[in-house]
Amino acid sequence: MRKYLCGLSMAAAIFSVDAAVQFHDDMAQRTLACTVCHGKEGRAGPDGYYPRIAGKPAGYLYNQLLNFRDGRRRYGLMARLLDPLSDAYLLEIAQYFASLDLPYPAPPTPQLPDAVLRRGQLLAREGDAGAKIPACVRCHGAALTGVVPATPGLLGVSRDYLNAQLGAWRTGQRQAHAPDCMAQIARQLTPEDLTAVAAWLAAQPLPTDPHPAQALPKPPGIACGSAMPPAARTQP
Amino acid sequence: MKRVFAATLLGALILVGLVWFLNLRGEGEMRQTPPPAPPTSDSVARGAYLARAGNCMTCHTERGGPPFAGGRAIETPFGTVYASNLTPDKASGIGNWSADHFWRALHNGRGKDGRLLYPAFPYPNYTLVTRQDSDAIFDYLRSLPPVQRPNTEHRLRWPYSTQAALAVWRALYFTPGAHEEDRKQSAEWNRGAYLVRGLGHCSACHISRNLLGASSDMMDLSGGLIPMQNWYAPSLTSPTEAGVADWELPQIVHLLQTGVAPRSAVLGPMAEVVFRSTQYLEPADLRAMAVYLKALPQSHQKQEAPSQVMSARMAERGAKLYDQHCAQCHGDKGEGVAGAYPPLAGNRAVNLPVTANLVQVVLNGGFPPATGGNPRPFGMPPFATVLSDADVAAVISHIRSSWGNRAAPVSEFSVSQQRDSTGS
Repeated sequence: MRKYLCGLSMAAAIFSVDAAVQFHDDMAQRTLACTVCHGKEGRAGPDGYYPRIAGKPAGYLYNQLLNFRDGRRRYGLMARLLDPLSDAYLLEIAQYFASLDLPYPAPPTPQLPDAVLRRGQLLAREGDAGAKIPACVRCHGAALTGVVPATPGLLGVSRDYLNAQLGAWRTGQRQAHAPDCMAQIARQLTPEDLTAVAAWLAAQPLPTDPHPAQALPKPPGIACGSAMPPAARTQP
Repeated sequence: MKRVFAATLLGALILVGLVWFLNLRGEGEMRQTPPPAPPTSDSVARGAYLARAGNCMTCHTERGGPPFAGGRAIETPFGTVYASNLTPDKASGIGNWSADHFWRALHNGRGKDGRLLYPAFPYPNYTLVTRQDSDAIFDYLRSLPPVQRPNTEHRLRWPYSTQAALAVWRALYFTPGAHEEDRKQSAEWNRGAYLVRGLGHCSACHISRNLLGASSDMMDLSGGLIPMQNWYAPSLTSPTEAGVADWELPQIVHLLQTGVAPRSAVLGPMAEVVFRSTQYLEPADLRAMAVYLKALPQSHQKQEAPSQVMSARMAERGAKLYDQHCAQCHGDKGEGVAGAYPPLAGNRAVNLPVTANLVQVVLNGGFPPATGGNPRPFGMPPFATVLSDADVAAVISHIRSSWGNRAAPVSEFSVSQQRDSTGS
């Protein structure tokens, strides 16, 4: 820790700010490499494929950075960017974006029939016991805004992104720390159910309090490696 | 006629015999069994340090996989070579190797089963490693948790896939060697030479290779394109590329230790080298490497003025894109920000004749390594999703011809070729 602080003060000492450059020695400046795709302050890119990262739980963001770096999620641009970064710095980047408390835009109007959206709502709120699909709210919080430390909210991301991620989990393109609960759930979803739940989620506005919940009312009863703090996890 | 045939046959036999002989020279008697006693903790610690200096783990670990268990694909112009399992698993790793086997692999480039090893494993450099250091690295590897992961078979094209082709390559380009002290030089220079030429295997990237992936001098540091990666490892013997003859020693040490130095930062493959290897080296070893690198003879080639000039339209487009995307960090006059963003004006990396690195950095972005001495680096955004090939060409050409920079423009074609080959 002392070494770290010493490094910091040294770094601060050698910065000289040029008048022509808008330079701030802060995390926003350091993470310009992220926001060119993920939008200003991590509010999401314009095309829907680069999701909002602002305000997501720090543990979730940290896990995703590790997943990209360690090959559980595959995207060359992300992996190459993260390759020379330390765990400590990735955690700091995750905490920085988690700390941004920014308003959400209104969701787009859904383009699918009501019956599909109703099926999506049912899956998200109640699940489908017969098909072994737990309700989203069981883990992602009653308001679906996520739960600290590491479960993401499901609102405020695009339908394309949700479809792509659930699809990637089904095919194994996206993985999480073992036991990979979402892979299991995504494989239980039929393509129709997947479309329905993604469409309904993407159409919901954020509640008045858009922050992740501090805890779940009761344990979800599903083992998720990604929901544990990193120290409690054994390496997959 | 018969006589010609006999002479040809004899000649061929002599050649085969010569290749055979050249491939076996320098090999001694082998103990076949692993050492019975566990290694001493001193030797393990020393070996761990040396394995860092040799950056062994980077190739011998798959992305996200268990350390040293192998499996990482190394792409070469001749096909794919898969790094092997170095953990002490008896069946799939080196658990049944003796210290002699390990030494022979490092020193002679031959595996335990007697097969010749591909020089993607940089034994043309490692052959300079001392027996004592080889034994320490072996002790360290023996102390790791064994991981059962059978080695992946290499996927090389014929004839490169054959041992005969490899034997000919070795006869032409590989000689087992040893680091020889140069008494005219200081002890520090000699230590630096040992690390740079041997374990550090700097020439594995900073070399200009021929079509067979070799050079008449395998210790050459005059710069070259890293095969398949499309990064150019600049010349360490040229003052206009990455030579450090006119740097202060502490600056060279700082670059290897932290990834940044005044006016420069390492990115891409070198960022990984600093991140995984050189940042951990003892200051005395870094200083020794710096002494050696600073003393490398420098070739003074005259920088030629560019023969091509970019069109007025391209120049205008490049200047506009620069203002829009780059000036915020690198400044209106390419001056950069000390400690965060390197200046582009007068930057050697910007003016290199080979433009691969510039295209890489603009397309894929990058961070300098997060090291103990620079734990929170500032990043360059990837512009692959934002800029077209023509845009990238225009903005790079603008940078290469502004603020006193006088390098040739980059074509849209070369950007698109590189975008295709890096998959971005």
